[in-house]
Amino acid sequence: MSSIAMTSLDLARWQFGITTLYHFIFVPLTIGLAFFTAWYQTRWYRTKDEKWLRATRFWGKLMLISFALGVATGIVQEFQFGMNWSEYSRFVGDIFGAPLAMEGLAAFFVESTFLGLWIFGWGRLSPKVHLITMWLVSASTILSAYFILAANSWMQHPVGYELNEATGKVELTSIWAVLTNNTALYAMTHTMLAALLTGGMVIAGISAWHLLRKNEVSVFHSSMRIALPTLAVAGLLTLVVGHFNGVLMTEQQPMKMAAADAVFETESGVGLSLFATGDFEGNPGSTNRNIQMPNALSFIMTGKPDSEVKGINNLNAEYQEKFGPGEYAPIVWISYWSWRIMLGCGFLLALFGLIGWWLNRKDKLTTSPRFLKISMWAASLPFIASAAGWIFTEMGRQPWVVFGLLETENGVSPTVSAGEVWITLVGFTALYGVLAIIAGRLFFKTAGKGPAEVEEGDADKPYLGLAY
Amino acid sequence: MEDTTTLQFIWFVLISVLWIGYLILEGFDFGVGILFKLIGGDKEERRAILHTIGPVWDGNEVWLLVAGGATFAAFPEWYATLFSGFYLALFVILLALIVRNVGFEMWGKRDSDAWRTGWEWCIALGSLLPALLWGVAWANIISGIPMEPVATNGRESLEYVGNFFDLLSVYTLLGGVASLAIFFAHGALFLEMRTEGELREKAKAVAVKATPVAALLGAVFMAWTLIRQDSLEILSLISAVVAVGGFIVAAVSAKSNPVRAFIGTAAGIAFYFIAQFIDLFPNALVSSISPDFNMSLNMASSTDYTLTVMTVVAVLLVPVVLAYQAWTYWVFRHRVSAEGFGDVKSPLDLLDQKKEAAGGSGSNPGAGGEPAGS
Ligand code: HDD
Ligand code: HEM
Ligand code: HEM
Repeated sequence: MSSIAMTSLDLARWQFGITTLYHFIFVPLTIGLAFFTAWYQTRWYRTKDEKWLRATRFWGKLMLISFALGVATGIVQEFQFGMNWSEYSRFVGDIFGAPLAMEGLAAFFVESTFLGLWIFGWGRLSPKVHLITMWLVSASTILSAYFILAANSWMQHPVGYELNEATGKVELTSIWAVLTNNTALYAMTHTMLAALLTGGMVIAGISAWHLLRKNEVSVFHSSMRIALPTLAVAGLLTLVVGHFNGVLMTEQQPMKMAAADAVFETESGVGLSLFATGDFEGNPGSTNRNIQMPNALSFIMTGKPDSEVKGINNLNAEYQEKFGPGEYAPIVWISYWSWRIMLGCGFLLALFGLIGWWLNRKDKLTTSPRFLKISMWAASLPFIASAAGWIFTEMGRQPWVVFGLLETENGVSPTVSAGEVWITLVGFTALYGVLAIIAGRLFFKTAGKGPAEVEEGDADKPYLGLAY
Repeated sequence: MEDTTTLQFIWFVLISVLWIGYLILEGFDFGVGILFKLIGGDKEERRAILHTIGPVWDGNEVWLLVAGGATFAAFPEWYATLFSGFYLALFVILLALIVRNVGFEMWGKRDSDAWRTGWEWCIALGSLLPALLWGVAWANIISGIPMEPVATNGRESLEYVGNFFDLLSVYTLLGGVASLAIFFAHGALFLEMRTEGELREKAKAVAVKATPVAALLGAVFMAWTLIRQDSLEILSLISAVVAVGGFIVAAVSAKSNPVRAFIGTAAGIAFYFIAQFIDLFPNALVSSISPDFNMSLNMASSTDYTLTVMTVVAVLLVPVVLAYQAWTYWVFRHRVSAEGFGDVKSPLDLLDQKKEAAGGSGSNPGAGGEPAGS
């Protein structure tokens, strides 16, 4: 490829990475907060205790800010496949477009319509119908995640397709196979746990801030009492599910796991490297895998402590034989570190959840300022873990955009010039930067202000605090 | 060139329906978005205007997202060539839609004039630009774009080979100005229908002037579109006539009967674009370089299997979507007025207002709300 094309490819990749990671800041937060808001509203519906109404409106408002940005950035996602990745779109359209269209029809319509009903429906819909609208919003965010993850998982592990030699494109042979791709089911479980952790940690962090100031103790204590046990369960499950994700991934994309641990030559009974320095190149000994947990990697990857782990160099040779000359390894240091960052955050979150649960059971939350202070900072962990997880998943798949079928460099739009991609890259990034500052400040301000008062009988009247 | 199959025809119709649904629904909230800045006098009026579309604009926009997704699924080549070809134009539309969306959500979230003014501009421009540019885009799609086969990865595909400025001609710009005028009038009628009091009078004054302009521009664009055709297509002629008829009904009834007028613009918009879709069929994209390089629906299409799967999904889901979207419009059918949002100065005022609202009519949604900046 000419150097111009290389440039527009690089730029298109940066653009995709930036816009998608930005979208995914809000995605798990929306999914998580929508779920907890529905839960709090259910508590209110059942108990009629005013604190739950205030909690519902308070967390609901934060959810709406996240939702607004999720929607605004989602529109770009929908169009950028055609804009920057037209060759990719032509190649996979027969398969990939279907879950995307289903996501719109089955999830986005429900999400947007029922959220409108929820925001403007206070006092206008019966409390029961109003509660149902919130649960429908929560369910539809989860459904939308499922469809898009099914689409993404097909890129990781293509199933239910056939390559048409005449047209050079892939064709769908079984939609059922695509929708029940084991990769998709694992990714879905993992991502939903991530969303619970994100929503739960944000609730814990903001509640802690208020509890430290003895502010609105009943609302925030109650919010926390629901969030903390959920965090403990979700944290532990993430470790278990993540392990099985790893086993499946090793089977389907062994190169990704070899890169995750910078294993260059095939070995047996490999230890899990905790920290490494060096140039992450294939020359033996250059990567100092100096701090290791014996046999742990072999266990994580296959479920057996002494099994063989294939090395990058061996896999590369295998792939060259199969797919022709070329380099089939991702950038090793990125895989290595993104993987460790996600895992590190995962263990910290599980630990945090357990301690929180224990304090909660002993009813010592409000008297543990140290735990509350840590909560505020720990709220950033799920965001870091998700970003690292996606960087690992997507960059670890390189040079493929569809594993084994299409290389990323062959997916880019041929007629879009580097100059044009520059314009959109700078444009989107600048706009996203400005929005991040404005929305971030609004989010923290709203969070700091705490829940609004409610009066006797308010609940049955129209309420505009969540609208405009 | 092979003929269009039945399934391809169904999907062409469905995608047309999605686009038309989008343009009718988001059409009025584009109009309202522009009028928000033009006729919304004070904060309360602007808030009332926002509330006419508040519960529905996001649902309206999803019609576009689904139209995009459906094009990807049913006609991937169309999706790929169109979106990479209209690259910068689409970029401008996306920027506009983003700032507009965020503007709706942010406008009332802080009590500061500078804050509101900033978002008001975002909403107004974010509504104006797409209203104009969708018209330009569709005029390009039906009139033809510089498109020819380009070999990439050992495959030949039809690609857009022009630049951004090739999208601008007198005809396509007229298409844009006409669609802007139509959506603007459509939005004014919507406001007239959905508000009361002074606001309604203002909206009416605008609608009375805007509807004839929309009818005129729409008629000129339709006439030019028909003249351009190599051999006149009867169906597209009929649609064009119905469309212009709809706009004329709107212009005549704008003063006396806003509901009838609104139905007029809605039907007008539908047939205005039906005429264009008929003009386009059986192509997905037309090449201005040579008819040999036209992209037919058949060439652009997915396999029969994928189209069948998608048809089943659409048959199951579209009626449900229509049902609950209609229900939303029913739930929020009450009229809105600025008085409902009177400034609340103290908690005592707030209590007073709430008492009134509890005793008063259901047509007063604003009372009981928190003061701005809540
Ligand atoms: C795991 C979940 C997940 C993932 C991986 C993605 N999204 Fe997303 N998306 C959502 C979960 C989600 C959501 C939870 O449903 C959002 C986030 C906030 C929101 O309002 O809805 C959303 C919003 C959202 C919207 C706006 C919908 C509306 O107007 O209501 C669009 C068009 C997309 N997304 C499209 C995409 C595309 C094309 C993606 C792939 C690159 C993508 N999203 C990744
Ligand atoms: C259906 C869903 C998705 C599709 C089709 C998709 C497709 C792609 C494509 C075409 C690229 C460009 C190749 C490259 O840059 O290496 C890419 C890279 C990337 N994607 Fe995804 N992706 C999807 C979902 C996501 C999500 C949800 C995220 C996370 C937020 C994500 C994060 C990334 C990252 C971080 C890169 C790397 C950018 C880079 O290489 O510079 N992707 N993906
Ligand atoms: C120690 C615990 C964890 C393990 C063992 C683990 C394991 C994995 C694995 C193996 C993948 C790659 C899947 C693939 O490429 O096919 C992955 C991806 C990902 N991880 Fe984790 N993970 C852990 C914790 C977390 C946490 C705490 C979060 C966020 C809160 C998170 C978020 C993600 C995301 C968003 C992805 C990309 C989506 C996907 O492919 O599922 N992970 N994780």
